Amino acid sequence: MAVAAVKEKIAAQLLELRKSEGAVAPEEIVAIVESIVETIEGDMSAVSLKVYADIEALARYIDTARSEIADLRPDDINAEHLPAATDELTAIVGATEQATHTIFEAVEAIEELAEKMPQEVADQVSAAVTSIYEACGFQDITGQRITKVVTALQKVESKVDALLHAFGDETFAGERPKQPEKKTTAPSGAPARPDEDLMNGPQLPDEAISQDDIDALFG
Amino acid sequence: MSTVDMSMPILIVDDYKTMLRIIRNLLKQLGFNNVDEATDGSAALQKLRDKEYHLVISDWNMEPMSGMQLLTEVRADTKLKELPFIMITAESKTENVIAAKEAGVSNYIVKPFNAATLKTKLSAVLGNF
Repeated sequence: MAVAAVKEKIAAQLLELRKSEGAVAPEEIVAIVESIVETIEGDMSAVSLKVYADIEALARYIDTARSEIADLRPDDINAEHLPAATDELTAIVGATEQATHTIFEAVEAIEELAEKMPQEVADQVSAAVTSIYEACGFQDITGQRITKVVTALQKVESKVDALLHAFGDETFAGERPKQPEKKTTAPSGAPARPDEDLMNGPQLPDEAISQDDIDALFG
Repeated sequence: MSTVDMSMPILIVDDYKTMLRIIRNLLKQLGFNNVDEATDGSAALQKLRDKEYHLVISDWNMEPMSGMQLLTEVRADTKLKELPFIMITAESKTENVIAAKEAGVSNYIVKPFNAATLKTKLSAVLGNF
């Protein structure tokens, strides 16, 4: 109902009230109050007003949460902390690889010298050299483990990035550009790596099976 | 007496240069000196098609072509399908071993491994040496 029409209706009701003699019936008062409330609410019912109030409260809550999250500077996580952690881990892999190859250079030189040693001594040196080669496998294993951690950090980065976008770019000034997602499908749309679900890298000791278990599977 | 030709061409495949060097040196200690290297499955497949190898020792987890994909390609190739193929990998779940076995791997070594295990598996695949 239009506001002007409601005003006319209220005026008419008040006029009728003035004309009346004696006690005023409560129903007449209720009718006038409802008309006034109708003017305030427009076409909304009391239920709609309640929903509106709840939505408004929710909006205020979200705005407060958004401000609090902005104060935490989650954009720093993507802009600074995660890339720094990734770089450090990658540097560890590089440094251990370099050190391992330095060990190889030395050990290979020892192996050459062993050829000039008495056989008994040469055999002992060779056994020790073999142990060093075996132990240097740590670089491969730690490298793969660190690569898994880097991949996990990149996933966290992607999730934080999605959070930043969800709250709106204007909330977090200085946000890093979104990193391209890792390609997981071939141009044809087929999985790029059919065995991707099987490539998990080194397992934790309690999740891995032993060489003896593997040999048993081969009968 | 050994029936194994110690000069046989062997291709080792791993994306970690450290591991390539370890395997090469351990093979050298065992007497195998004719060893070539590749750093992923696709490079290995090219080498296998360009030259006749008697054994492949491959890692699993490599980019862009994995050792499992290489194994599948080798077993699907009429000229290469009988080629002995040993997987040396950190993938140590039962499902991985079973998948590799079903794909036709000759033997499977889990990292970290030692020289004795390598020798045992080579003997199982090639014969005693």
